[in-house]
Amino acid sequence: MAQNTRTAPAGTPTDVTQDHVKGGIGESTLRPDGTLKVTGEFAYSSDMWHEDMLWGQTLRSTVAHAEIVSIDISEAVAMSGVYAVLTYDDLPAEVKNYGLEIQDTPVLAHGKVRHHGEPVALVAADHPETARRAAAKIRIEYRELPVVTDEASALAADAPLIHEGRDDHHSGHVPHPNIVHRQPIVRGDVAEARKRADVIVEGEYVFGMQDQAFLGPESGLAVPSEDGGVDLYVATQWLHSDLKQIAPVLGLPEEKVRMTLSGVGGAFGGREDISMQIHACLLALRTGKPVKIVYNRFESFFGHVHRHPAKLHYEHGATKDGKLTHLKARIVLDGGAYASASPAVVGNASSLGAGPYVVDDVEIEAVALYTNNPPCGAMRGFGAVQACFAYEAQMDKLAAKLGMDPVEFRRLNAMEQGTLMPTGQVVDSPAPVAELLRRVKARPLPPERQWETAGQGADVRALPGGLSNTTHGEGVVRGVGYAVGIKNVGFSEGFDDYSTARVVLQLINGEPVAMVHTAMAEVGQGGVTVHAQIARTELGVTQVTIHPADTQVGSAGSTSASRQTYMTGGAVKNTCEAVREKVLEIGRRKNGSYHPAWATAELLLEGGKVVTDGGEVLATLADVLEGEDVIDIELEFRHRPTVPFDLRTGQGDGHVQYTFAAHRAVVEVDTELGLVKVIELATAQDVGKALNPLSVVGQIQGGTTQGLGVAVMEEIIVDPKTAKVRNPSFTDYLIPTILDTPTIPVDVLELADHNAPYGLRGIGEAPTLSSTPAVLAAIRNATGLELNKTPVRPEALTGTL
Amino acid sequence: MDFLRPASWEEALAAKAEHPTAVPIAGGTDVMVEINFDHRRPEYLLDLNRIELLREWEVGEENVRLGASVPYTQIMENLRTELPGLALASHTVASPQIRNRGGVGGNLGTASPAGDAHPALLAAGAEVEVESVRGSRFIPIDEFYTGVKRNALQPDELIKTVHIKKADGPQQYSKVGTRNAMVIAVCAFGLALHPETRTVRTGIGSAAPTPIRAKEAEAFLNAALEEGGFWDSGKIITPSVAKQFADLVSAAANPIDDVRGTAKYRRHAVGIMARRQLGWTWEQYRGAGRTLEGAA
Amino acid sequence: MRVNFTVNGRPQEADDVWEGESLLYVLRERLGLPGSKNACEQGECGSCTVRLDGVPVCSCLVAAGQVEGREVVTVEGLAEFAKDRTEHGGCASGACGTTLDQAKRWEAKPTQDSQTGEGVELSPIQQAFIDAGAVQCGFCTPGLLIAADELLERNGSPSDQDIREALSGNLCRCTGYEKILDAVRLAAARQGEAV
Repeated sequence: MAQNTRTAPAGTPTDVTQDHVKGGIGESTLRPDGTLKVTGEFAYSSDMWHEDMLWGQTLRSTVAHAEIVSIDISEAVAMSGVYAVLTYDDLPAEVKNYGLEIQDTPVLAHGKVRHHGEPVALVAADHPETARRAAAKIRIEYRELPVVTDEASALAADAPLIHEGRDDHHSGHVPHPNIVHRQPIVRGDVAEARKRADVIVEGEYVFGMQDQAFLGPESGLAVPSEDGGVDLYVATQWLHSDLKQIAPVLGLPEEKVRMTLSGVGGAFGGREDISMQIHACLLALRTGKPVKIVYNRFESFFGHVHRHPAKLHYEHGATKDGKLTHLKARIVLDGGAYASASPAVVGNASSLGAGPYVVDDVEIEAVALYTNNPPCGAMRGFGAVQACFAYEAQMDKLAAKLGMDPVEFRRLNAMEQGTLMPTGQVVDSPAPVAELLRRVKARPLPPERQWETAGQGADVRALPGGLSNTTHGEGVVRGVGYAVGIKNVGFSEGFDDYSTARVVLQLINGEPVAMVHTAMAEVGQGGVTVHAQIARTELGVTQVTIHPADTQVGSAGSTSASRQTYMTGGAVKNTCEAVREKVLEIGRRKNGSYHPAWATAELLLEGGKVVTDGGEVLATLADVLEGEDVIDIELEFRHRPTVPFDLRTGQGDGHVQYTFAAHRAVVEVDTELGLVKVIELATAQDVGKALNPLSVVGQIQGGTTQGLGVAVMEEIIVDPKTAKVRNPSFTDYLIPTILDTPTIPVDVLELADHNAPYGLRGIGEAPTLSSTPAVLAAIRNATGLELNKTPVRPEALTGTL
Repeated sequence: MDFLRPASWEEALAAKAEHPTAVPIAGGTDVMVEINFDHRRPEYLLDLNRIELLREWEVGEENVRLGASVPYTQIMENLRTELPGLALASHTVASPQIRNRGGVGGNLGTASPAGDAHPALLAAGAEVEVESVRGSRFIPIDEFYTGVKRNALQPDELIKTVHIKKADGPQQYSKVGTRNAMVIAVCAFGLALHPETRTVRTGIGSAAPTPIRAKEAEAFLNAALEEGGFWDSGKIITPSVAKQFADLVSAAANPIDDVRGTAKYRRHAVGIMARRQLGWTWEQYRGAGRTLEGAA
Repeated sequence: MRVNFTVNGRPQEADDVWEGESLLYVLRERLGLPGSKNACEQGECGSCTVRLDGVPVCSCLVAAGQVEGREVVTVEGLAEFAKDRTEHGGCASGACGTTLDQAKRWEAKPTQDSQTGEGVELSPIQQAFIDAGAVQCGFCTPGLLIAADELLERNGSPSDQDIREALSGNLCRCTGYEKILDAVRLAAARQGEAV
């Protein structure tokens, strides 16, 4: 039963106002939440606190594939301080599964667990330790089943089906029920084109399972309300997508599940899926008390999907003058136990599998498997990352075989505006692939033996091994490598991708103030900064308030696919334009008879005034708004429509926009110990229009570093015998420290895409694509080894696998 | 769980005698991870933070008496001359924050083969002074490690002081990890030249069930240096000698495959580290050594 | 158990503390100071870095009972701590602390003219992090600020390698660290100008 009206929990987000700040689009305006974040006052989802709150704890499976024979909660329930213990049998509604595209994921396991770490039971207690102890007292008896861990075991004649009785919309066209989705892309005639090839190279590439490793763990607070509903404060990438999955499982109408975005400590794709949201709501509704759930790092590794590991087989041909003849590729992605974003990852991997190159004869096939490995889904770069790793290695192999410079070879085959994708889609905006490569190559190389200090020997911090003092220069060889990639922006394949923005303009103390209200998840990328900049530019105000993101406004879509500045930025621009029209309408009504210029179409709002395009001031905004109702408009914004890829040929205008980045990696490898230090990772990227150059560079550097991580250290290791995760901690899942990260010079191009708001191009993901293969190429260059797997482990460099 | 907060060493010993299962906690860098991740729920935590003598060190004629809780940062900053190997090892420990809290006593108490201090202690030569209400005793470092995460302590004993031989010659230490900072050892190696006794000592970390010395390698090198008159001549060590030494160090390792690395790699890497360190220490011995900024 | 200690110059008492609780938990959940962050709780990320008697430590690895009678500075008190240091001519040990009188005048939140905290007095390193674009999601920021501030206290003009070493215990997943380096360089330069 819900309790009496509660006060808002500590950490409830409030309006954030930037006043006295100038800065429209194109300026490096500082973050509106910056001060809160440096003083520790910015409330993340794990900081939420309520007077009488309980702590939720999830009990997860200790085995990967098993029947649940029995669950005994009696001891746990009996513990003092325990308020609720829930299992599948306690789920309140008919709907018991959720999922982004296919609702195949049980809220709590029912009869069976399909991966290591699957949620089986929930506890709410008055202290986290009590909740942990109670969870430990729940007795679960498992009967283990054989595990499916790769393509061979998934498609074997006697393979257990991970999901029996599939009836999702992919089940009809997949060749086997353990394949989530299959997408072929076929264009031209590969067999014929193959005959023209003077050289052919083949490669088998393996991409390891990467974790998003956002620093803010999955967490949130669910507060039951008097109307039988629930208020949920949570860190997510897409409030409305969560809402659509949460409400049916709770048996509540969507309006009774009020979601507010709490502070988000990074996301990178790992918060697209539900984690603790439903669990916290279930416990809150059951106990009538606010319930907070915070995963620790161990649980976080089980609490979200990872980047799909992939096996990629590529064959390319080229003529002796260096022109690509054909491409044949097969990409096998391991989706793990539940579908998550696997279908879309398949779409990206296949449709972008040829890379940013002109190649007319193409056969690509991508599949995602169901296995008992950890579920995989969205992570920055999303299918395109795995493909880029493979096709860029192929480019180097081809160049080597032809005796050509790897950059010149790429430039010779680089796509440009007007090139046809393997899907038949025309790349109809700038595609400066050759120019990006030229720019990173033209940059001077960092000095040799940069670890030597004046007269003081070697600075080990500048050497492979760093503080571990493994070399003073012995065995160290430099290598340089290049890569370039192509990524789509926005949701593809016919998805109705839209965003909503509400903009309010009013006078406060005689000053015009704009408020921007969207459901956009600010996950650190700086969307809130850009929204205020757009409002200033479009409405000519200085004071802009950013309303907390919640579900009281329409969906903003996901903070993913490099889409938010395009989509919610576009929505804010679009709504601001409507607000401006409204202002002008009022102005015309009030003042139109005083000045003929009011009748012209080209009136602007600048510096708090209505001005003509010639700069003549017609009125102040304050005068126009004085005595008027608050202008309050909410509108949806859509990008141009796309279509699904043909299931047989993969043809179709499936993508909204393409985005490109190139990298040059300079590495130093201790060839005897197999340790790597990346010295520089120079990058060039076309961003269309940099709405906030400081943030743009920050995104590019961050994305580059995640690509570096997967190149040399990051991998979730799953035991192939048991499908259990072996390194779910920051002790053994390593991400780059500041001593692993080089200088990252960034060269930003701004070639407008006229289909997009302000000509901008989504930027967040492209740098994550080419960074990894550039580092791999550099290590190959230093060592002469083939290196077809990420991450490159010391064993692979020293022949000690 | 009970939290015991003795104000003095005597109180700590009494508490440990009364509650032999009590888990001592000083820097907390091992114990708290286990508690936070629900791997361990000791009945008693015995806080040693208030015991000043554990945070003190004293440089004597022969030895450095190093309190069990002296933070690694202090060792790095204050004992580089006396304990160069341990100072280098201290610098490889985790992160600045951890080095500010953790001390050698924690490494010894946990006795993980991956503890960073062990190879340096083995190479320098040390004795661990442990005490209980029954009295104190000195355990030679070679006898201290008795198994995987096991040591020679009795249940009622606490580690008080480590008596480490002052360096009488160059010492080196390296650790291999798959990251350039903040990393647990895949394997580690320490080497100390002892010109006074014309001997060398070694320490291998994370490449056997316990930290070990490569005794055959030491014996070989001792003999080769003696026979070749290297200690007197200071001439460059023959590459074949260095290679044989490295091979014997590799052979001494008895590593396993795990998530951090393969056995084969570990064996290979300790050999490389041994050969390089022999080069570095011998260069230093010959007087041509260069200092290493950032190395200690 | 009960724990008494000083946080940001103000005496604090926490009651009914479970013996296995960390300093981090006590700060976040009992004292209403969630600025120190809980990213890994195993000493591998530095997000929970605080000064304990002047020394930067991971508060997740300090047992609550170990801080009895000690002084802790968190990100919430960093501006005040840095101001005190400037006004009292530096503090090499970092253990400058706060006088009882100052402690009495301590207020939970400085006055600010809007929710962005505009008008709040920040320490040089805090301001530099904002100005250099070193803050994205911000989860690593509090720990980095404490570590960077302590570096600049010890070493007013650190080399890039010094900065990297001092911050090597603080993971950031958003920025690629470049702008964090920029921020520390900027704070050092401003500190240099001010002297």
